[in-house]
Amino acid sequence: MINLAISVGQTQTPEAFLFWFLAPLTVAAALGMLLVKKAVHSAILMASVMINLAIFYIAQDALFLGIVQIVVYTGAVMMLFLFILMLVGVDSSDSLTETIAGLRPIAITAAVGFGGLLVSLIGRASIGRDAVGLESANAGGNVKELAKLLFSTYVWPFEVVSALLITAALGAMVLAHHQRIQLRPTQRQLSTERFRGSSLANAAGLPGPGVFARHNAVDVPALLPDGTPAANSINATLEARGDMLNSGVFELGKVDTSAGEEA
Amino acid sequence: MDAANYLYLSALLFTIGAVGVVVRRNAIVVFMCVELMLNAANLAFVTFSRINGDLNGQVIAFFTMVVAACEVVVGLAIIVTIYRSRRSASVDDASLLKR
Repeated sequence: MINLAISVGQTQTPEAFLFWFLAPLTVAAALGMLLVKKAVHSAILMASVMINLAIFYIAQDALFLGIVQIVVYTGAVMMLFLFILMLVGVDSSDSLTETIAGLRPIAITAAVGFGGLLVSLIGRASIGRDAVGLESANAGGNVKELAKLLFSTYVWPFEVVSALLITAALGAMVLAHHQRIQLRPTQRQLSTERFRGSSLANAAGLPGPGVFARHNAVDVPALLPDGTPAANSINATLEARGDMLNSGVFELGKVDTSAGEEA
Repeated sequence: MDAANYLYLSALLFTIGAVGVVVRRNAIVVFMCVELMLNAANLAFVTFSRINGDLNGQVIAFFTMVVAACEVVVGLAIIVTIYRSRRSASVDDASLLKR
């Protein structure tokens, strides 16, 4: 009975196995987040750290927090991160060169000192008794007991936090709002511009890309009747990215037809 | 093994997150490292809640999560705004006030 009393609140053997299996994985994932070059890989590693933390929460009798961790963090927050990464550009990899001289060694030294301090403090600190465990606190079920606290003692902070959430959502909307500098042209204005503008060259619309019967990919500019490539027949983005092919090889007279039909 | 091991893990994760904030240059990765630090603090809260047999720690961790979610929303909006005007998500490029 005495042994049982002592072991309550102590980490039990299956949990010890879980901890020693997952804790190194968590630390490795966190370190990897620091070291990998691509932001997307960092995000994936971060998601794995968060899932591991959710498992730790559940192992520590914090069932509700474990579920919330998965739903809010790995579900919503990490998806938001990935969404913004897609928006900003997936290949936005960090240049791993130091921009401030000597920053990295200083940061690592400070981190080793700080971490060592924290670890040695935890090692030396003593609360003079064994861990109590949450068996009695969770007597009516974790969710029920948390709800009791949240809607009695913490009901005012809870309301304040809801105001904070609304403010954050509004703030994000204001920040992301994009104000038009010019008026959006109406269809009438566009039409007038097309037929009464400086030239009638594009009155029938821009030429489509591709060389008829030879190569119809969108990255090949069309050929004009005189054999020159029509630069405005391909998307400006492709041109800016340098993904434009040369249509010169498809010019009439330059295609080698001696070997018969093309396969 | 006792519950203090979780505290060691939390301290390690917090330190790693702090290094990331200082060393990495991509604003989104810096932001993820801040999230890692918040998560490490949450793990400490949950562990202390268990050591003391008191659910108050879990409630605080819950509030931390909500505040972190707000912070992510506003922070990412700021990153998008900076990216829109400067075409870069690097924290070094946003140095207009320096000059």
